[in-house]
Amino acid sequence: MSAAVGEDLLAADAGGGRDQLRARQRRATAVSWVFLAAVVFAVVVLLVLLVAVAYRGVPSLSWSLLSSKASRNAESAGLQTALFGTLWVISLTAIIALPVGIGAAIYLEEYAPRNWWTRALQTNIANLAGVPSVVYGLLGLGIFANFFGFGRSIITGALTMALLILPVIIIASQEAIRAVPLSLRQGAYALGATPWQVSRHHVLPVAMPGILTGTILALSRAIGETAPLLVAGAAAYLTYNPDSLTDGFTALPIQIYNWTDRPQQEFKDLAAAGIIILLVVLIGMNAGAIYLRHRFSKKTRW
Amino acid sequence: MATDVRTLGTNATSGALATTARNSAPKSERSSERIVELEAVNVFYGAFHAVKDVTFDVPKNRITALIGPSGCGKSTVIRCINRMNDLVPGARVEGRINYHGVDICSAKVDPVEVRRRIGMVFQKPNPFPKSIYDNVAWGAKINGIKGDMNALVERCLRQAALWDEVKDKLKESGLALSGGQQQRLCIARTLAINPDVILMDEPASALDPISTLKIEDLMRELQRQYTIVIVTHNMQQAARVSDQTVFFSLNEQRQGVLVEASPTRELFTNPRDQRTEDYITGRFG
Repeated sequence: MSAAVGEDLLAADAGGGRDQLRARQRRATAVSWVFLAAVVFAVVVLLVLLVAVAYRGVPSLSWSLLSSKASRNAESAGLQTALFGTLWVISLTAIIALPVGIGAAIYLEEYAPRNWWTRALQTNIANLAGVPSVVYGLLGLGIFANFFGFGRSIITGALTMALLILPVIIIASQEAIRAVPLSLRQGAYALGATPWQVSRHHVLPVAMPGILTGTILALSRAIGETAPLLVAGAAAYLTYNPDSLTDGFTALPIQIYNWTDRPQQEFKDLAAAGIIILLVVLIGMNAGAIYLRHRFSKKTRW
Repeated sequence: MATDVRTLGTNATSGALATTARNSAPKSERSSERIVELEAVNVFYGAFHAVKDVTFDVPKNRITALIGPSGCGKSTVIRCINRMNDLVPGARVEGRINYHGVDICSAKVDPVEVRRRIGMVFQKPNPFPKSIYDNVAWGAKINGIKGDMNALVERCLRQAALWDEVKDKLKESGLALSGGQQQRLCIARTLAINPDVILMDEPASALDPISTLKIEDLMRELQRQYTIVIVTHNMQQAARVSDQTVFFSLNEQRQGVLVEASPTRELFTNPRDQRTEDYITGRFG
Protein backbone atom coordinates (compact mmCIF):
# COMPACT_ATOMS: atom_id res chain seq x y z
CA MET A 1 0.00 0.00 0.00
CA SER A 2 2.61 2.48 1.08
CA ALA A 3 4.88 1.30 -1.69
CA ALA A 4 2.16 2.11 -4.20
CA VAL A 5 1.81 5.56 -2.74
CA GLY A 6 5.56 5.99 -2.94
CA GLU A 7 5.58 5.03 -6.60
CA ASP A 8 2.83 7.50 -7.15
CA LEU A 9 4.90 10.22 -5.54
CA LEU A 10 7.83 9.45 -7.81
CA ALA A 11 5.83 8.95 -10.97
CA ALA A 12 6.26 11.71 -13.50
CA ASP A 13 2.92 11.06 -15.13
CA ALA A 14 0.64 12.17 -12.33
CA GLY A 15 -1.04 14.40 -14.88
CA GLY A 16 -2.52 17.85 -14.31
CA GLY A 17 -2.12 17.54 -10.55
CA ARG A 18 1.64 17.40 -10.94
CA ASP A 19 1.82 20.48 -13.19
CA GLN A 20 -0.42 22.32 -10.80
CA LEU A 21 1.87 21.37 -7.91
CA ARG A 22 4.93 22.63 -9.82
CA ALA A 23 3.21 25.93 -10.53
CA ARG A 24 2.31 26.34 -6.88
CA GLN A 25 5.87 25.63 -5.79
CA ARG A 26 7.25 28.13 -8.30
CA ARG A 27 4.87 30.74 -6.96
CA ALA A 28 5.90 29.98 -3.40
CA THR A 29 9.58 30.37 -4.31
CA ALA A 30 8.93 33.62 -6.15
CA VAL A 31 7.04 35.06 -3.19
CA SER A 32 9.80 34.11 -0.76
CA TRP A 33 12.26 36.03 -2.98
CA VAL A 34 10.04 39.09 -2.93
CA PHE A 35 9.95 39.03 0.88
CA LEU A 36 13.70 38.51 1.08
CA ALA A 37 14.17 41.51 -1.20
CA ALA A 38 12.02 43.61 1.11
CA VAL A 39 14.17 42.66 4.09
CA VAL A 40 17.40 43.29 2.20
CA PHE A 41 16.18 46.67 1.02
CA ALA A 42 15.26 47.78 4.54
CA VAL A 43 18.51 46.57 6.06
CA VAL A 44 20.70 48.01 3.30
CA VAL A 45 19.11 51.45 3.50
CA LEU A 46 19.55 51.43 7.26
CA LEU A 47 23.18 50.32 6.94
CA VAL A 48 23.96 53.03 4.38
CA LEU A 49 22.48 55.62 6.72
CA LEU A 50 24.44 54.35 9.70
CA VAL A 51 27.69 54.14 7.78
CA ALA A 52 27.25 57.66 6.38
CA VAL A 53 26.54 59.02 9.83
CA ALA A 54 29.46 57.13 11.38
CA TYR A 55 31.81 58.26 8.58
CA ARG A 56 31.07 61.90 9.23
CA GLY A 57 30.31 61.78 12.91
CA VAL A 58 32.91 59.53 14.51
CA PRO A 59 35.84 61.94 13.96
CA SER A 60 33.89 64.64 15.77
CA LEU A 61 33.02 62.41 18.73
CA SER A 62 34.80 63.54 21.86
CA TRP A 63 34.21 64.04 25.55
CA SER A 64 34.03 67.76 25.00
CA LEU A 65 30.98 67.15 22.83
CA LEU A 66 29.26 65.75 25.91
CA SER A 67 30.73 68.16 28.42
CA SER A 68 30.30 71.43 26.52
CA LYS A 69 27.24 73.50 26.05
CA ALA A 70 25.99 75.18 22.93
CA SER A 71 28.30 77.68 21.29
CA ARG A 72 28.59 79.74 18.14
CA ASN A 73 32.03 78.33 17.80
CA ALA A 74 32.22 74.84 16.32
CA GLU A 75 35.38 73.88 18.26
CA SER A 76 33.85 74.57 21.64
CA ALA A 77 30.25 73.56 20.83
CA GLY A 78 28.73 70.61 22.68
CA LEU A 79 25.35 69.09 23.26
CA GLN A 80 25.32 68.62 27.02
CA THR A 81 22.32 70.91 27.38
CA ALA A 82 20.39 69.04 24.71
CA LEU A 83 21.34 65.63 26.11
CA PHE A 84 20.17 66.62 29.59
CA GLY A 85 17.00 68.10 28.15
CA THR A 86 16.23 64.92 26.24
CA LEU A 87 16.90 62.71 29.24
CA TRP A 88 14.71 64.89 31.45
CA VAL A 89 11.88 65.02 28.98
CA ILE A 90 11.95 61.34 28.08
CA SER A 91 12.12 60.15 31.69
CA LEU A 92 9.27 62.42 32.68
CA THR A 93 7.28 61.37 29.64
CA ALA A 94 7.69 57.72 30.61
CA ILE A 95 6.76 58.44 34.23
CA ILE A 96 3.59 60.23 33.14
CA ALA A 97 2.53 58.15 30.15
CA LEU A 98 3.23 54.65 31.45
CA PRO A 99 0.88 54.53 34.46
CA VAL A 100 -1.83 56.50 32.68
CA GLY A 101 -1.57 54.37 29.54
CA ILE A 102 -1.54 51.03 31.37
CA GLY A 103 -4.34 52.21 33.64
CA ALA A 104 -6.48 53.19 30.67
CA ALA A 105 -5.77 49.85 28.98
CA ILE A 106 -6.72 47.89 32.11
CA TYR A 107 -9.91 49.88 32.44
CA LEU A 108 -10.88 49.34 28.82
CA GLU A 109 -10.11 45.63 28.84
CA GLU A 110 -11.00 44.49 32.34
CA TYR A 111 -13.61 46.90 33.68
CA ALA A 112 -15.39 48.85 30.95
CA PRO A 113 -18.81 47.56 29.97
CA ARG A 114 -19.06 46.54 26.33
CA ASN A 115 -21.35 49.31 25.12
CA TRP A 116 -21.35 51.97 22.42
CA TRP A 117 -19.66 54.46 24.73
CA THR A 118 -16.65 52.18 25.18
CA ARG A 119 -16.57 51.51 21.47
CA ALA A 120 -16.63 55.25 20.74
CA LEU A 121 -13.78 55.76 23.20
CA GLN A 122 -11.83 52.97 21.54
CA THR A 123 -12.28 54.41 18.07
CA ASN A 124 -11.14 57.81 19.25
CA ILE A 125 -8.01 56.43 20.86
CA ALA A 126 -7.15 54.71 17.60
CA ASN A 127 -7.70 57.98 15.74
CA LEU A 128 -5.56 59.92 18.19
CA ALA A 129 -2.67 57.59 17.44
CA GLY A 130 -2.77 58.89 13.88
CA VAL A 131 -2.86 62.62 14.63
CA PRO A 132 0.27 64.45 13.37
CA SER A 133 2.68 65.26 16.16
CA VAL A 134 2.69 68.99 15.38
CA VAL A 135 -0.95 69.10 16.41
CA TYR A 136 0.05 67.74 19.82
CA GLY A 137 2.68 70.47 19.97
CA LEU A 138 0.01 73.12 19.43
CA LEU A 139 -2.18 71.48 22.06
CA GLY A 140 0.75 71.47 24.50
CA LEU A 141 1.44 75.13 23.79
CA GLY A 142 -2.18 76.08 24.29
CA ILE A 143 -2.96 73.99 27.34
CA PHE A 144 0.23 73.34 29.28
CA ALA A 145 2.36 76.35 28.36
CA ASN A 146 -0.36 79.00 28.33
CA PHE A 147 -3.48 77.79 30.15
CA PHE A 148 -1.69 76.05 33.02
CA GLY A 149 1.10 78.58 32.86
CA PHE A 150 3.97 76.09 32.76
CA GLY A 151 5.57 78.20 30.05
CA ARG A 152 8.31 76.95 27.77
CA SER A 153 9.54 74.34 30.23
CA ILE A 154 10.48 70.72 30.63
CA ILE A 155 7.15 69.85 32.18
CA THR A 156 5.31 71.32 29.20
CA GLY A 157 7.48 69.28 26.84
CA ALA A 158 7.06 66.09 28.84
CA LEU A 159 3.28 66.44 29.16
CA THR A 160 3.02 67.12 25.44
CA MET A 161 5.14 64.07 24.62
CA ALA A 162 3.11 61.98 27.05
CA LEU A 163 -0.08 62.97 25.26
CA LEU A 164 1.54 62.16 21.94
CA ILE A 165 2.49 58.61 22.88
CA LEU A 166 -0.45 57.77 25.15
CA PRO A 167 -2.66 56.36 22.38
CA VAL A 168 0.14 54.10 21.21
CA ILE A 169 0.82 52.86 24.74
CA ILE A 170 -2.87 52.28 25.40
CA ILE A 171 -3.40 50.32 22.20
CA ALA A 172 -0.24 48.23 22.66
CA SER A 173 -1.13 47.51 26.30
CA GLN A 174 -4.67 46.54 25.35
CA GLU A 175 -3.33 44.08 22.80
CA ALA A 176 -1.02 42.57 25.40
CA ILE A 177 -3.81 42.36 27.99
CA ARG A 178 -6.20 40.82 25.49
CA ALA A 179 -3.65 38.11 24.75
CA VAL A 180 -3.84 36.88 28.35
CA PRO A 181 -5.95 33.71 28.23
CA LEU A 182 -9.50 34.08 29.53
CA SER A 183 -9.15 30.80 31.41
CA LEU A 184 -6.53 32.40 33.62
CA ARG A 185 -8.91 35.15 34.64
CA GLN A 186 -11.74 32.70 35.21
CA GLY A 187 -9.53 30.55 37.42
CA ALA A 188 -8.66 33.55 39.54
CA TYR A 189 -12.21 34.87 39.71
CA ALA A 190 -13.44 31.41 40.73
CA LEU A 191 -11.24 31.64 43.83
CA GLY A 192 -13.05 34.75 44.99
CA ALA A 193 -10.61 37.30 43.62
CA THR A 194 -11.68 40.89 43.02
CA PRO A 195 -11.19 42.38 39.54
CA TRP A 196 -8.19 44.29 40.85
CA GLN A 197 -6.59 41.16 42.31
CA VAL A 198 -7.10 39.38 39.02
CA SER A 199 -5.53 42.26 37.08
CA ARG A 200 -2.71 42.83 39.52
CA HIS A 201 -1.63 39.23 40.11
CA HIS A 202 -2.49 37.49 36.88
CA VAL A 203 -3.26 39.74 33.93
CA LEU A 204 -0.55 42.38 34.38
CA PRO A 205 2.41 40.06 35.06
CA VAL A 206 1.58 38.02 31.97
CA ALA A 207 0.88 41.09 29.82
CA MET A 208 3.86 43.11 31.07
CA PRO A 209 6.44 42.00 28.47
CA GLY A 210 4.03 42.97 25.68
CA ILE A 211 3.19 46.26 27.37
CA LEU A 212 6.87 47.11 27.70
CA THR A 213 7.50 46.35 24.05
CA GLY A 214 4.76 48.74 23.02
CA THR A 215 5.92 51.37 25.46
CA ILE A 216 9.50 51.31 24.31
CA LEU A 217 8.42 51.65 20.69
CA ALA A 218 6.38 54.68 21.68
CA LEU A 219 9.21 56.21 23.71
CA SER A 220 11.64 55.60 20.86
CA ARG A 221 9.33 57.54 18.64
CA ALA A 222 9.08 60.33 21.20
CA ILE A 223 12.84 60.67 21.66
CA GLY A 224 13.28 61.52 17.99
CA GLU A 225 10.40 63.98 17.80
CA THR A 226 11.33 67.59 17.08
CA ALA A 227 8.18 69.30 15.87
CA PRO A 228 5.93 69.06 18.94
CA LEU A 229 8.75 70.13 21.25
CA LEU A 230 9.60 73.13 19.10
CA VAL A 231 5.97 74.19 18.90
CA ALA A 232 5.35 73.60 22.60
CA GLY A 233 8.29 75.69 23.56
CA ALA A 234 11.66 73.99 23.49
CA ALA A 235 14.52 76.40 22.90
CA ALA A 236 16.65 75.99 19.80
CA TYR A 237 19.70 77.53 21.40
CA LEU A 238 20.34 77.23 25.11
CA THR A 239 23.52 77.53 27.11
CA TYR A 240 22.49 76.25 30.53
CA ASN A 241 21.46 72.79 31.72
CA PRO A 242 17.94 72.38 33.03
CA ASP A 243 17.73 71.51 36.70
CA SER A 244 14.06 71.82 37.53
CA LEU A 245 10.77 70.95 35.90
CA THR A 246 9.99 74.53 35.04
CA ASP A 247 13.34 75.29 33.40
CA GLY A 248 13.61 75.95 29.72
CA PHE A 249 15.20 73.16 27.72
CA THR A 250 16.31 71.95 24.37
CA ALA A 251 16.53 68.40 23.07
CA LEU A 252 18.93 66.33 20.98
CA PRO A 253 16.91 66.31 17.75
CA ILE A 254 16.49 70.07 18.00
CA GLN A 255 20.20 70.60 18.59
CA ILE A 256 21.03 68.32 15.67
CA TYR A 257 18.61 70.16 13.42
CA ASN A 258 20.04 73.48 14.53
CA TRP A 259 23.56 72.36 13.66
CA THR A 260 22.67 70.97 10.24
CA ASP A 261 21.19 74.36 9.46
CA ARG A 262 24.49 76.18 9.83
CA PRO A 263 26.72 76.88 6.85
CA GLN A 264 30.01 75.66 8.40
CA GLN A 265 31.11 72.11 7.60
CA GLU A 266 32.32 71.64 11.22
CA PHE A 267 28.77 72.04 12.51
CA LYS A 268 27.48 69.52 10.00
CA ASP A 269 30.03 67.02 11.31
CA LEU A 270 28.98 67.85 14.84
CA ALA A 271 25.40 67.08 13.82
CA ALA A 272 26.48 63.62 12.63
CA ALA A 273 28.18 63.07 15.98
CA GLY A 274 24.99 64.22 17.69
CA ILE A 275 23.02 61.63 15.76
CA ILE A 276 25.38 58.96 17.06
CA ILE A 277 24.76 60.16 20.64
CA LEU A 278 21.00 60.09 20.03
CA LEU A 279 21.29 56.54 18.70
CA VAL A 280 23.28 55.48 21.76
CA VAL A 281 20.63 56.90 24.08
CA LEU A 282 17.96 55.08 22.07
CA ILE A 283 19.82 51.77 22.14
CA GLY A 284 20.40 52.22 25.87
CA MET A 285 16.68 52.68 26.42
CA ASN A 286 15.87 49.63 24.32
CA ALA A 287 18.37 47.56 26.24
CA GLY A 288 16.76 48.64 29.49
CA ALA A 289 13.36 47.62 28.18
CA ILE A 290 14.62 44.25 27.01
CA TYR A 291 16.14 43.63 30.42
CA LEU A 292 12.88 44.54 32.16
CA ARG A 293 10.94 42.37 29.77
CA HIS A 294 13.23 39.46 30.48
CA ARG A 295 12.74 39.90 34.21
CA PHE A 296 8.99 40.00 33.89
CA SER A 297 8.79 36.96 31.67
CA LYS A 298 10.91 35.01 34.14
CA LYS A 299 8.37 35.74 36.86
CA THR A 300 5.68 34.03 34.85
CA ARG A 301 6.35 30.32 34.92
CA TRP A 302 4.79 28.88 31.83
CA MET B 1 -41.71 3.29 31.08
CA ALA B 2 -39.47 1.17 33.29
CA THR B 3 -36.21 0.75 31.49
CA ASP B 4 -33.76 -1.83 32.55
CA VAL B 5 -30.21 -0.57 32.54
CA ARG B 6 -29.36 -3.50 30.30
CA THR B 7 -30.95 -1.67 27.43
CA LEU B 8 -27.93 0.63 27.53
CA GLY B 9 -26.18 -1.93 25.45
CA THR B 10 -24.08 -5.00 25.62
CA ASN B 11 -20.78 -3.33 26.42
CA ALA B 12 -19.09 -3.90 29.72
CA THR B 13 -19.58 -0.38 31.00
CA SER B 14 -23.32 -0.67 31.22
CA GLY B 15 -22.99 -3.48 33.75
CA ALA B 16 -20.68 -1.39 35.84
CA LEU B 17 -23.07 1.50 35.41
CA ALA B 18 -25.92 -0.45 36.97
CA THR B 19 -23.79 -1.64 39.86
CA THR B 20 -22.38 1.76 40.76
CA ALA B 21 -25.73 3.38 40.38
CA ARG B 22 -27.21 0.86 42.78
CA ASN B 23 -24.36 1.29 45.24
CA SER B 24 -24.86 4.98 45.50
CA ALA B 25 -28.54 4.67 46.13
CA PRO B 26 -28.78 4.12 49.89
CA LYS B 27 -26.71 7.21 50.59
CA SER B 28 -28.91 9.55 48.61
CA GLU B 29 -31.87 8.46 50.69
CA ARG B 30 -30.14 9.34 53.94
CA SER B 31 -29.86 13.08 54.01
CA SER B 32 -31.96 15.72 52.36
CA GLU B 33 -30.52 18.97 53.64
CA ARG B 34 -30.41 21.27 50.64
CA ILE B 35 -27.58 23.69 50.24
CA VAL B 36 -28.44 25.31 46.92
CA GLU B 37 -31.92 25.66 45.49
CA LEU B 38 -32.48 26.87 41.94
CA GLU B 39 -35.93 28.32 41.39
CA ALA B 40 -37.14 29.10 37.87
CA VAL B 41 -33.72 30.12 36.65
CA ASN B 42 -33.64 31.67 33.17
CA VAL B 43 -30.47 32.69 31.39
CA PHE B 44 -30.26 35.05 28.44
CA TYR B 45 -27.28 35.79 26.21
CA GLY B 46 -28.28 39.10 24.69
CA ALA B 47 -31.66 38.46 23.10
CA PHE B 48 -31.19 34.69 23.10
CA HIS B 49 -33.08 32.86 25.82
CA ALA B 50 -30.56 30.08 26.44
CA VAL B 51 -31.90 28.35 29.53
CA LYS B 52 -35.57 28.23 30.47
CA ASP B 53 -37.18 27.73 33.87
CA VAL B 54 -34.70 25.48 35.59
CA THR B 55 -35.63 24.36 39.09
CA PHE B 56 -33.74 21.81 41.17
CA ASP B 57 -32.09 21.39 44.56
CA VAL B 58 -28.53 20.48 45.43
CA PRO B 59 -28.36 18.28 48.54
CA LYS B 60 -25.53 18.84 51.02
CA ASN B 61 -22.54 16.50 50.93
CA ARG B 62 -23.82 14.84 47.82
CA ILE B 63 -22.63 14.81 44.25
CA THR B 64 -25.12 16.22 41.79
CA ALA B 65 -24.44 15.51 38.14
CA LEU B 66 -25.82 17.65 35.32
CA ILE B 67 -26.06 15.70 32.07
CA GLY B 68 -27.53 16.30 28.66
CA PRO B 69 -26.67 16.80 25.01
CA SER B 70 -24.28 19.51 23.81
CA GLY B 71 -25.62 23.03 23.97
CA CYS B 72 -28.41 22.20 26.40
CA GLY B 73 -27.22 24.71 28.96
CA LYS B 74 -25.64 22.48 31.63
CA SER B 75 -22.50 24.60 31.76
CA THR B 76 -24.55 27.77 31.66
CA VAL B 77 -26.56 26.60 34.65
CA ILE B 78 -23.55 25.54 36.72
CA ARG B 79 -21.92 28.90 36.02
CA CYS B 80 -24.96 30.64 37.48
CA ILE B 81 -24.33 29.02 40.84
CA ASN B 82 -21.13 31.00 41.43
CA ARG B 83 -22.02 34.03 39.33
CA MET B 84 -19.43 33.24 36.65
CA ASN B 85 -21.96 34.37 34.05
CA ASP B 86 -21.36 37.89 35.34
CA LEU B 87 -18.11 37.77 33.40
CA VAL B 88 -19.84 37.02 30.11
CA PRO B 89 -20.79 40.25 28.31
CA GLY B 90 -24.49 40.32 27.58
CA ALA B 91 -25.41 37.45 29.89
CA ARG B 92 -28.42 37.92 32.17
CA VAL B 93 -29.78 35.57 34.81
CA GLU B 94 -33.34 35.68 36.10
CA GLY B 95 -34.95 33.67 38.86
CA ARG B 96 -33.70 32.74 42.30
CA ILE B 97 -30.73 30.71 43.42
CA ASN B 98 -30.93 30.25 47.16
CA TYR B 99 -27.75 29.45 48.98
CA HIS B 100 -28.34 29.03 52.72
CA GLY B 101 -31.53 30.95 52.15
CA VAL B 102 -29.90 33.92 50.40
CA ASP B 103 -30.67 34.67 46.76
CA ILE B 104 -27.18 34.85 45.28
CA CYS B 105 -28.52 36.14 41.96
CA SER B 106 -29.50 39.37 43.64
CA ALA B 107 -27.56 42.45 42.59
CA LYS B 108 -27.03 43.18 46.29
CA VAL B 109 -24.92 40.07 46.68
CA ASP B 110 -21.24 40.51 45.94
CA PRO B 111 -20.15 37.88 43.39
CA VAL B 112 -16.69 37.82 44.97
CA GLU B 113 -18.27 36.71 48.23
CA VAL B 114 -20.27 34.01 46.43
CA ARG B 115 -17.26 32.63 44.61
CA ARG B 116 -15.13 32.23 47.68
CA ARG B 117 -17.83 29.98 49.16
CA ILE B 118 -18.72 28.22 45.92
CA GLY B 119 -15.51 27.25 44.15
CA MET B 120 -15.16 26.06 40.60
CA VAL B 121 -13.01 23.68 38.58
CA PHE B 122 -13.04 24.14 34.82
CA GLN B 123 -13.17 21.86 31.84
CA LYS B 124 -9.66 22.60 30.69
CA PRO B 125 -7.12 22.55 33.51
CA ASN B 126 -6.08 26.16 34.03
CA PRO B 127 -3.31 26.35 36.60
CA PHE B 128 -1.76 29.78 37.04
CA PRO B 129 1.63 30.29 35.39
CA LYS B 130 3.18 30.20 38.84
CA SER B 131 4.82 27.57 41.01
CA ILE B 132 2.76 24.63 42.26
CA TYR B 133 3.02 26.08 45.75
CA ASP B 134 1.78 29.51 44.68
CA ASN B 135 -1.04 27.97 42.69
CA VAL B 136 -2.47 26.56 45.91
CA ALA B 137 -1.48 29.38 48.24
CA TRP B 138 -2.67 32.30 46.09
CA GLY B 139 -6.40 31.87 46.67
CA ALA B 140 -5.87 31.55 50.41
CA LYS B 141 -3.65 34.63 50.49
CA ILE B 142 -6.01 36.93 48.61
CA ASN B 143 -8.87 35.78 50.78
CA GLY B 144 -6.92 36.74 53.87
CA ILE B 145 -6.58 33.21 55.20
CA LYS B 146 -3.85 33.34 57.81
CA GLY B 147 -1.83 30.65 59.50
CA ASP B 148 0.71 28.10 58.41
CA MET B 149 0.67 28.39 54.62
CA ASN B 150 3.02 25.41 54.16
CA ALA B 151 0.65 23.20 56.13
CA LEU B 152 -2.31 24.50 54.16
CA VAL B 153 -0.61 23.80 50.83
CA GLU B 154 0.31 20.31 51.95
CA ARG B 155 -3.17 19.54 53.27
CA CYS B 156 -4.85 20.70 50.05
CA LEU B 157 -2.43 18.82 47.83
CA ARG B 158 -2.95 15.69 49.94
CA GLN B 159 -6.72 16.09 49.75
CA ALA B 160 -6.41 16.40 45.99
CA ALA B 161 -4.31 13.21 45.92
CA LEU B 162 -1.42 15.08 44.37
CA TRP B 163 1.00 15.55 47.26
CA ASP B 164 3.11 12.44 46.70
CA GLU B 165 3.63 13.36 43.05
CA VAL B 166 4.66 16.97 43.60
CA LYS B 167 6.09 17.24 47.12
CA ASP B 168 9.65 17.44 45.79
CA LYS B 169 8.94 20.07 43.16
CA LEU B 170 6.65 22.59 44.76
CA LYS B 171 8.67 25.43 43.25
CA GLU B 172 8.24 24.20 39.69
CA SER B 173 5.60 25.64 37.40
CA GLY B 174 2.11 24.24 37.73
CA LEU B 175 2.03 24.06 33.96
CA ALA B 176 4.90 21.58 33.89
CA LEU B 177 2.54 18.91 35.26
CA SER B 178 0.54 16.46 33.15
CA GLY B 179 -3.06 17.29 32.28
CA GLY B 180 -4.50 15.07 35.01
CA GLN B 181 -2.09 16.46 37.59
CA GLN B 182 -2.92 19.99 36.50
CA GLN B 183 -6.61 19.31 37.05
CA ARG B 184 -5.93 17.92 40.53
CA LEU B 185 -3.82 21.01 41.18
CA CYS B 186 -6.81 23.13 40.22
CA ILE B 187 -8.92 21.12 42.66
CA ALA B 188 -6.30 21.62 45.39
CA ARG B 189 -6.30 25.32 44.63
CA THR B 190 -10.07 25.40 45.09
CA LEU B 191 -9.85 23.47 48.37
CA ALA B 192 -7.41 26.05 49.70
CA ILE B 193 -10.13 28.69 50.01
CA ASN B 194 -12.21 26.15 51.95
CA PRO B 195 -15.39 26.42 49.92
CA ASP B 196 -18.77 25.01 50.82
CA VAL B 197 -19.68 23.86 47.37
CA ILE B 198 -17.38 22.84 44.53
CA LEU B 199 -18.63 23.20 40.97
CA MET B 200 -16.92 21.10 38.35
CA ASP B 201 -17.55 21.85 34.69
CA GLU B 202 -16.63 18.68 32.83
CA PRO B 203 -13.49 18.30 34.94
CA ALA B 204 -12.34 15.11 33.26
CA SER B 205 -13.29 15.68 29.65
CA ALA B 206 -9.79 16.77 28.65
CA LEU B 207 -8.13 13.89 30.51
CA ASP B 208 -7.12 10.32 29.74
CA PRO B 209 -9.11 7.43 31.32
CA ILE B 210 -6.70 6.85 34.19
CA SER B 211 -6.62 10.51 35.18
CA THR B 212 -10.40 10.53 34.85
CA LEU B 213 -10.71 7.68 37.33
CA LYS B 214 -8.41 9.50 39.73
CA ILE B 215 -10.59 12.59 39.56
CA GLU B 216 -13.70 10.50 40.13
CA ASP B 217 -12.18 8.77 43.17
CA LEU B 218 -11.22 12.17 44.42
CA MET B 219 -14.76 13.46 44.08
CA ARG B 220 -16.03 10.55 46.16
CA GLU B 221 -13.42 11.39 48.76
CA LEU B 222 -14.22 15.10 48.80
CA GLN B 223 -17.94 14.50 49.06
CA ARG B 224 -17.58 13.86 52.81
CA GLN B 225 -16.64 17.46 53.41
CA TYR B 226 -17.96 19.29 50.40
CA THR B 227 -21.01 19.45 48.24
CA ILE B 228 -20.18 18.84 44.61
CA VAL B 229 -22.01 19.75 41.43
CA ILE B 230 -20.52 18.32 38.27
CA VAL B 231 -21.34 18.86 34.63
CA THR B 232 -20.48 15.88 32.51
CA HIS B 233 -21.20 14.71 29.00
CA ASN B 234 -20.25 11.22 30.06
CA MET B 235 -23.26 9.31 31.31
CA GLN B 236 -21.16 6.52 32.76
CA GLN B 237 -19.34 9.09 34.81
CA ALA B 238 -22.58 10.54 36.12
CA ALA B 239 -23.75 7.05 37.00
CA ARG B 240 -20.44 6.16 38.64
CA VAL B 241 -19.98 9.16 40.87
CA SER B 242 -23.20 11.02 41.45
CA ASP B 243 -26.00 10.66 43.96
CA GLN B 244 -28.44 12.84 42.09
CA THR B 245 -28.62 13.39 38.35
CA VAL B 246 -30.25 16.28 36.56
CA PHE B 247 -31.01 15.75 32.91
CA PHE B 248 -31.22 18.71 30.56
CA SER B 249 -32.42 18.80 27.00
CA LEU B 250 -33.31 21.27 24.27
CA ASN B 251 -36.87 22.24 23.47
CA GLU B 252 -38.19 23.20 20.03
CA GLN B 253 -36.85 26.75 20.39
CA ARG B 254 -33.35 25.34 21.06
CA GLN B 255 -33.59 26.47 24.67
CA GLY B 256 -32.08 24.44 27.46
CA VAL B 257 -34.74 22.95 29.72
CA LEU B 258 -34.62 20.67 32.71
CA VAL B 259 -36.26 17.35 31.93
CA GLU B 260 -35.75 15.36 35.06
CA ALA B 261 -33.93 15.57 38.38
CA SER B 262 -33.85 12.29 40.26
CA PRO B 263 -31.63 10.16 42.43
CA THR B 264 -29.03 8.78 40.06
CA ARG B 265 -30.11 5.15 40.29
CA GLU B 266 -33.67 6.06 39.64
CA LEU B 267 -32.84 8.23 36.65
CA PHE B 268 -30.77 5.55 35.03
CA THR B 269 -32.94 2.56 35.85
CA ASN B 270 -36.37 4.04 35.87
CA PRO B 271 -36.50 7.38 34.05
CA ARG B 272 -39.75 9.23 34.39
CA ASP B 273 -39.53 11.03 31.08
CA GLN B 274 -39.39 9.57 27.60
CA ARG B 275 -36.63 12.06 26.62
CA THR B 276 -34.45 10.88 29.49
CA GLU B 277 -34.97 7.31 28.47
CA ASP B 278 -34.11 8.07 24.86
CA TYR B 279 -30.96 9.86 25.92
CA ILE B 280 -29.62 7.29 28.36
CA THR B 281 -30.34 4.44 26.02
CA GLY B 282 -28.50 6.19 23.23
CA ARG B 283 -31.54 6.78 21.06
CA PHE B 284 -31.16 10.52 21.31
CA GLY B 285 -31.08 12.18 17.90
